[in-house]
Amino acid sequence: MPLEIYLDLLSQPCRSVYIFAKKNNIPFEFKKILLFKGEQYGEEFGKVNYFRKVPVIKDGDFTLSESIAILTYLAEKYGTPDHWYPADLQTRARVDEYLSWQHSGMRGIAGKILWLKLMIPKAFGIDVPKEKMDSAMEDLEEALTAFEEKFLQDKPFIAGQKISLADLVAIVEIMQPLGVGVNVFEVRPKLRAWKDRVRAEIGPALFDEAHQMIFNVEEVAKSTDPSAKEIFKPKIKKLFL
Amino acid sequence: MPLELFLDLYSQPCRSVYIFAKINEIPFEFRKVDLASGEQYGEEFGKISVLRKVPVMRDGDFVLTESVAILQYMVEMFSTPDHWYPADVQKRARVNEYLSWQHTAMRSHAAKVFWFRCLVPIITGAEVPKEKMDSALEDLSSTLNMFENKFLRDQHFITGDQISLADLVAITEMMQPVGAGLDIFKDRPRLSAWRDRVKQELGVAAFHEAHEVIMNAASLPQEMESKGMLEFIKPRIEKLFN
Repeated sequence: MPLEIYLDLLSQPCRSVYIFAKKNNIPFEFKKILLFKGEQYGEEFGKVNYFRKVPVIKDGDFTLSESIAILTYLAEKYGTPDHWYPADLQTRARVDEYLSWQHSGMRGIAGKILWLKLMIPKAFGIDVPKEKMDSAMEDLEEALTAFEEKFLQDKPFIAGQKISLADLVAIVEIMQPLGVGVNVFEVRPKLRAWKDRVRAEIGPALFDEAHQMIFNVEEVAKSTDPSAKEIFKPKIKKLFL
Repeated sequence: MPLELFLDLYSQPCRSVYIFAKINEIPFEFRKVDLASGEQYGEEFGKISVLRKVPVMRDGDFVLTESVAILQYMVEMFSTPDHWYPADVQKRARVNEYLSWQHTAMRSHAAKVFWFRCLVPIITGAEVPKEKMDSALEDLSSTLNMFENKFLRDQHFITGDQISLADLVAITEMMQPVGAGLDIFKDRPRLSAWRDRVKQELGVAAFHEAHEVIMNAASLPQEMESKGMLEFIKPRIEKLFN
C-alpha cells in the first residue's frame, strides 16, 4: 500500500510536505482534505488524525502528524539527497535550529496576515480592528528581519551553500501573505534573491503549482461551508482577535 | 575548551538542556544569563545570540540556539544512549512529532499560565481579568488532555517503554505552572504516574536541582522589581498577552 498524504494546499505545512514528496519522486496518494469545507472535522478524518490537522501521513499502519516530523521521516526513509537534511552534525544543527524557531518565530506570524486581511472578514464577516492588523504587520516585519539577520545572513541558503528542509519550510510560510497582496519581497532584495534561488532549486513549475491555492483564497473564503464556519468562529476569535 | 551552555533555570528549555547534559555527563561550563535582570538584552549577550534568548550552546566557534536543536546536537555529538533519540525511523518520528507539536501547544499554554499567575499581576499592577485567566487555564487543560490521550495513552513514556527527549521536554514545560503554584498533576493520575516515572529515570536529585529555581518562582517578581526589569518588560508583556 502506497504512502497516503492528507493535504490541503492552502496550508503552509502541507505545501512543504507536498513539494518535498514531489521533488524527490516519492510515490504517494494525495488525499485531499478541504479545510474550508470542514472535512477535518469529519468522522473519517478523526480516525486518521486525533488532532484534526493537516498534513498527516499514513505509511501502512504508521500514522504521523506534524510537517517537521513528516519531512525528516521521509528524508530518512527514502534516502533523499544529503543537502535536504545533512549528515554533517553542524550543518544539520543549523537546519534543526530553523525548524525549531520557526514554529513561534515565523509560522503563526506570517500565517496571521491572510486570516486578518481576508479570511476573517470575508469568510466570517467579522471586522478586524486596525490595531490588530497593524500589530500583526509589525510582528511580520520583525520576523522577516530576524530571518534575514540571523538565519539567512550572507549565505545563499539557511544551512549554507545548498537548499535544505529549512528553506523549504521557510518559503511556504513566507509566501502566505502574498495571497492577500502583502508582497514581503518588495522592499527586501536579499529575501527576494533567496526566494528566487529556492524557487529555482525546487523547480518553478512545482513551486508555482504548489502555491497556486493561496492566490485563490478569496474564492475559498466565499465558499466556506456554513457548518465549518460555526466550528471555526470561536476558534478564530480566540486565536486572532 | 568544553561546551558552554548559556542558561537560566527559570526557563523551561534551559532546564531540559541542563538536565540532559548533567545526566549524560556531558562536560560543560554553565554560563548564567540572569533573565530577571534583563541580561539577555545587554550588549555582551547580544554578541552571543542576536535573538537574545536562552538556551544557547557554544562549541568552540559554533554557536547554536533553540533547545530542541541543542538536544539533537548533543545526542549526536556525545553518542548518548539510543532511547533518547532512537535510530529507529518510526520511533524517532514519534519523538520529532512531539518536539514539533509542543512549541505552540504545551510550551505556549503552560508558559502563559505561569506568566498570568506569577508575573503579569506585578508587572501591570492588576490581576489578570477572570475570563483571560479562565481561557488560559482551559487551553492548558485541553493541551494536557491531548498529551494524555494522544501522546502518552497507556504507555510508560511517549515512545513506549523508554524515556526520550520528548518526555524531557514535556516535563520541563509542565513544571512551569507548578512553579506558579498550580498543581497540574492533581486529579490526573495517569499524568502523575508518568511524571513519577520521568523523575525516576532522570534521577530525583537531578530533577529537583534543576527545578529548584522555578519552585521558588514566587520570589521572581520582587527579584525583577529590585533589578529594574518591571518597567522594561511591561510593553512586551502587554503585546504578548493581548
